[in-house]
Amino acid sequence: MADKRMTEDEVVAELESGMTIGIGGWGSRRKPMSLVRAILRSDLTDLHVVSYGGPDVGILTAAGKCRKVTYGFVSLDSIPLEPHFRAVRQGGLLPDFMELDEGAFYLGLMAAAHRVPFYPTRAGLGSSMLANNPELRTVVSPYDDGEELVAIPAFEMDAAIIHMNRADQKGNGQFLGPDIYFDDLFAMAGEKTYLSAEQIIPTDDFLKEGPVHTLRIPRTHVDGVVEAPMGAHFTECPPDYGRDEAFQRDYAATAKDPELWAQFRTDWLELESHEAYRTKLEERSAS
Amino acid sequence: MSTSHTPGNGGPTGDITLDEICVVALAEAFRGDGETLCNPMGSVPVIAGRLARATFEPDLMLTDTIAYAIEGNLPLGGNPSDATIEAYMPFRSIFDQVWSGKRHVVMGAPQIDRHGNQNFAAIGDDYSHPKVQLLGMRGAPGNVINHATTYWVPTQARSFVESVDVVSGPGYDAVARLPEPSRRYHDIRRIVTDLGAYDFETDDGTLRVRSLHPGVTLKQAQEASAFELTVTGDIPESRHPTDEELHLIREVFDPSGVRKSEFR
Repeated sequence: MADKRMTEDEVVAELESGMTIGIGGWGSRRKPMSLVRAILRSDLTDLHVVSYGGPDVGILTAAGKCRKVTYGFVSLDSIPLEPHFRAVRQGGLLPDFMELDEGAFYLGLMAAAHRVPFYPTRAGLGSSMLANNPELRTVVSPYDDGEELVAIPAFEMDAAIIHMNRADQKGNGQFLGPDIYFDDLFAMAGEKTYLSAEQIIPTDDFLKEGPVHTLRIPRTHVDGVVEAPMGAHFTECPPDYGRDEAFQRDYAATAKDPELWAQFRTDWLELESHEAYRTKLEERSAS
Repeated sequence: MSTSHTPGNGGPTGDITLDEICVVALAEAFRGDGETLCNPMGSVPVIAGRLARATFEPDLMLTDTIAYAIEGNLPLGGNPSDATIEAYMPFRSIFDQVWSGKRHVVMGAPQIDRHGNQNFAAIGDDYSHPKVQLLGMRGAPGNVINHATTYWVPTQARSFVESVDVVSGPGYDAVARLPEPSRRYHDIRRIVTDLGAYDFETDDGTLRVRSLHPGVTLKQAQEASAFELTVTGDIPESRHPTDEELHLIREVFDPSGVRKSEFR
């Protein structure tokens, strides 16, 4: 059986500029942040990011890495609107974006996972969602009801990145928190999927960690596994750790001032490795 | 049924405050909902949902806002692990619930017009370069077209606009342009503001004054609107909380008065 273990930088080396990349998690919850920072410090550019957005979208758009973002929202949860993303939008700095109803976004993921061109929904009818996204089409039911519905297109992705609590080296993933969000669909939607995890454990140990229904990412959909303790920091990753609200506030405050933002990137986001980030984090919590 | 408090001289409503009148007006929006997932956003709406379940709508289901439907009278900001979980409601199940229809949501509305078009997405004419980015579409388009919706508007004078910059939640004129099957579940149940409660129980799908809060005149409510309010018959005063409701609001659900911070 293949050993799929890799480093963050080895994952990024498999990505290319211009790619569509799906990012799992939800807002400021269980985001694959060590991989997001590896993308940030790489020379990748012109990306199309697909995400229930949090700091992943805030960081990558504020750094000018994205030509397009497809999203249901961009939020830090305890701070309802991602401040870096707000600055990018209000500055008119995002070349292209598709903002969808957050439930409709789930259907775009599911369509890609199931390899069908779209899933239908009423979400969007009567709202500005259709006018703001002229590429969206409607379909008429082929049955007697004849109802017109919005066809949410499949979010085809070159790659997807997700973060789990546990994984084995074969690529099976386990979530131990309250909600998997849509990470199983991201894993299926990605042409290639890379999974980071708090800990890589022997397959035998999965059921010591949680009940069988927490084993929601099968290895058939995973191409690489990265061991990244604190890999979702500063977003939450229960039960391993909660959100680092103090750190998140510091991050959010840098949206007001380009110099503060540049300093924060140097100090935290563009460190040479996840190990360096963790070491610095330990120093921060010790002080 | 306990007796209602009556307004005195200590303020607009005596010892009953505006936030408590608004909580009751929002709770009233859930009357008759039965076994529905009541999904309020914001502290005044959350208190209202819990109040309705604790009193006249005992079959409502409520979430802890994380991933569980919970029983009991959890205070605002209380620890959900102190409550009994009765169902698992991760985000995917919430969307399934939206589309199944057994849900009544309460959302904010920084802009709303006389047909009930709501905007909490962005301010400005150019959506690619908004003057102010607000929440974005979030779940509004799907919620409003699929199940009962109520809006909570803490400052009517700012929010009742002639036309919205972006339609996140479609109003009655927007869905009137859709074929009947597409609009059959659209149901804007109530709008509650700092001045009164409004509904769409009109022939032309325009916003009607349902009740005005104690001390508020129709003239004041009209002056705080950029469009003409529809009036049918006499306008009652918004219901006052009962003694039991006041106890629940003040002592059980929100002893630290978080609800008052929404009025700014």
